[in-house]
Amino acid sequence: MDRHSILEELKKVLAPYTKNKELLNSVTEHTNLITDLHINSANLVDIIIDAEAKYNIEIDMDAAEKISTVGSCIDVILEKMNHAS
Amino acid sequence: MSNYNDILEHLPYKSSFRFVDNILQLDEDGVTGEYTLREDAFFYEDHFIDNPITPGVIITEIMAQIGLVVLGIYLLKKKNHHSVQAPETFPLFSSTEIAFYKIVLPGEKVTVVSKKEYFRFGKLKCYVEMWNEKNELVAEGTFAGIVNDASDLKSNQW
Repeated sequence: MDRHSILEELKKVLAPYTKNKELLNSVTEHTNLITDLHINSANLVDIIIDAEAKYNIEIDMDAAEKISTVGSCIDVILEKMNHAS
Repeated sequence: MSNYNDILEHLPYKSSFRFVDNILQLDEDGVTGEYTLREDAFFYEDHFIDNPITPGVIITEIMAQIGLVVLGIYLLKKKNHHSVQAPETFPLFSSTEIAFYKIVLPGEKVTVVSKKEYFRFGKLKCYVEMWNEKNELVAEGTFAGIVNDASDLKSNQW
């Protein structure tokens, strides 16, 4: 799975937690979940849990702390997917 | 009184804003507790005029204190091997979606039943119900909050 297709799928994961849906159209790897998409930090936990279910991976505290931008989410997902296979 | 009530010493509330009397059951998966609405509670004089009814925000607070805060402190104590001290712990309510079915009058005793959905990265999410003494469902909803040590909150975003 390449970074671009993960980014497209991540937009669907982020959608329920992003109030302003128009912001999702301009998401890039540099988009910050909290400062750009205005996602409540408590909802980051739900996003991590949704991503775990979608990609059948487990994200631990160390990995979760690396998440800030969409690109860092993709890094963590790819790392855990490669680790699992 | 049950043997679960030691946890009540760790609640960061007092007098007029502590809405937990007794914990009936408490383990890693959930909690059951009860509270009797005081007839002289501060909100009855004003809500409503000459018609005292427990405000929805107070119902919500009772459900959150028993269903999230008591369980959250228990889980945190367990994780930290019982080293949590009351002054360093405080809960932050992050979201709720709640439906109300019955009113609660002064003097009524309510029972709150909370089932854990998850506790991860310091966030506790539960499905919480409130029942009255006639065994009628008063309210139900999904509650979430951040339960953490103050020291953790200062050092990271979780």
